[in-house]
Amino acid sequence: MKVLVGIKRVLDPQVKARVNGDRTGIDLTNAKMTMNPFCENAVEEAIRLKEAGTAEEVVVLSIGPAKAEETLRNALALGADRAILVHTEDTLEPLALAKVFKAIVADEQPQLILVGKQAIDDDCNQTGQMVSALLDWPQATFASKLEINGDTAKVTREVDGGLESIDVNMPAVVTVDLRLNEPRYASLPNVMKAKRKPLEKKELADLGLDTANRLTTLEVSEPPARDAGILVENVAELVGKLKNEAKVI
Amino acid sequence: MSILVIAEHENGTLVGSTLNTISAAQAIGGDVDVLVAGNDCQSAAQAATQVVGVSRVRVADDSSLAGQLAENMADLVVSIASDYSHILAPATTFGKNFMPRASALLDVSQISDISAVITPDTFERPIYAGNALAKVQSADNIKLITVRITKFDAATASGGSATIEPVTAAANTDKSRYLGLAASESERVELTSAAIVVSGGRGMQSGDNFPMLERVADKLGAAVGASRAAVDAGFVPNDYQVGQTGKVIAPDLYIAVGISGAIQHLAGMKDSKVIVAINKDSEAPIFQVADYGLVADLFDAVPELESEL
Ligand SMILES: Cc1cc2nc3c(=O)[nH]c(=O)nc-3n(C[C@H](O)[C@H](O)[C@H](O)COP(=O)(O)OP(=O)(O)OC[C@H]3O[C@@H](n4cnc5c(N)ncnc54)[C@H](O)[C@@H]3O)c2cc1C
Repeated sequence: MKVLVGIKRVLDPQVKARVNGDRTGIDLTNAKMTMNPFCENAVEEAIRLKEAGTAEEVVVLSIGPAKAEETLRNALALGADRAILVHTEDTLEPLALAKVFKAIVADEQPQLILVGKQAIDDDCNQTGQMVSALLDWPQATFASKLEINGDTAKVTREVDGGLESIDVNMPAVVTVDLRLNEPRYASLPNVMKAKRKPLEKKELADLGLDTANRLTTLEVSEPPARDAGILVENVAELVGKLKNEAKVI
Repeated sequence: MSILVIAEHENGTLVGSTLNTISAAQAIGGDVDVLVAGNDCQSAAQAATQVVGVSRVRVADDSSLAGQLAENMADLVVSIASDYSHILAPATTFGKNFMPRASALLDVSQISDISAVITPDTFERPIYAGNALAKVQSADNIKLITVRITKFDAATASGGSATIEPVTAAANTDKSRYLGLAASESERVELTSAAIVVSGGRGMQSGDNFPMLERVADKLGAAVGASRAAVDAGFVPNDYQVGQTGKVIAPDLYIAVGISGAIQHLAGMKDSKVIVAINKDSEAPIFQVADYGLVADLFDAVPELESEL
């Protein structure tokens, strides 16, 4: 089985996002960037499938800026076999990303696609579902457990009501949640080895797809700040405030 | 303009998120239809006819819709999409599952998790875990939208008189099969609809200490929530998680106990009306959003709180 994993380069989750001067987006000048955390889980799962003998090859795909090469190399250092960068300096919407995935899938013919359930920058939570729609494949979103059984896969999904189980035909798209696994760190020798692993670059424009954005961001702003609160001395004072001042109990 | 709201329902009743989504549809303006899709969902459909502001309820009641699998749900939505200018679903795990699939089939860019309606084609949505708000304008003919339910009041559940009519479910794709839901057993109110929520974090040290919070919750008629660290450590089940990747809630009162206040946690609760933090570290970032902060050891403060209530 060949596994295709989508990965995105994003602002490090520990860094607080700040709106830029002209209020058009987030200021990413010199900001620390990293692999989207959910993508790390997707890469980890693919590597585990390979280690277990279920997968033969793990191919990682990123659609993004030239600097995403760094993120792809990181995935190669973690254990992916090969990387593809579809280069564009534009920020594509999930629908456009899904069209690119579809074009790559036509060449690569994977049996499983793993992507993170959401990117922590735009928080869209769309790409995996859209990829499966355009491929006419089944989807399993928000996976916290994945069991491949030949032609089908059993997936445990984290949903608002608890843990849901579904069975999907293969090939399938699975979007992963953080509790699926604990991602490993790349060892130094593997980081060195990753430099020699194949990384193919394609230009988005050469794919001949309509990837025009449908949404225009008119403005980005800071959310209103909460008013400063107070410290109370003890539990009795707290209960008093909640009863008499805030009147919420 | 005609707007379709896709109802979230379970065991014959509408889930509260449906009412918030209906009021988002009303904020856009126009006739509001509700689609109730599922297996054995007639009583949920009846309930939808009572919601004030709904013109028509369309019911797809079919065994292929049991478990509301994304493939069959998306095909159904696509089959009736041309009747509408906007299609809305709650940004809960229910809506997030099939809406992007329907959007892609319709060649539409979905607008996820809107927090406000500016005009019928322009919406506000949080990005970067709520650290910024983006105002986005859609150029698509049909707009597919998921709704941040805490940002819209619930529509009135009774007094309406919508008509009801059946819709034929799309052919079963049989791409996937629903096996079941392992729900956590709880007598308490549901996290997303609770007026008061008491949440525990890594500071609770163990699942065995959660009953201490549950006793406080029971005195307040509250739900119990948790940080991701508490869920990851196995103290409580996944559906307790509040945050960027868990549930987004905005109760009247949120009590954070032994929770540091990471950006990703704040993303799920900072719209609460009143926030209380109990933490032994006075530098914990949770105090920056708390209306009332108590710097104390939770193992002293929580039992005391229980007896004071
Ligand atoms: C992509 C991504 C998504 C995430 N999504 C979420 C999410 O949805 N929800 C979420 O919550 N987190 C999420 N996180 C994790 C988040 O970054 C934090 O790691 C997490 O919220 C920390 O949980 P905590 O506050 O319980 O633990 P900690 O940060 O370890 O804080 C524990 C707190 O307990 C206090 N404490 C300890 N003992 C006591 C005591 N005896 N008495 C009083 N106080 C005590 C400490 O002072 C400390 O402030 C996400 C992270 C990433 C990277």
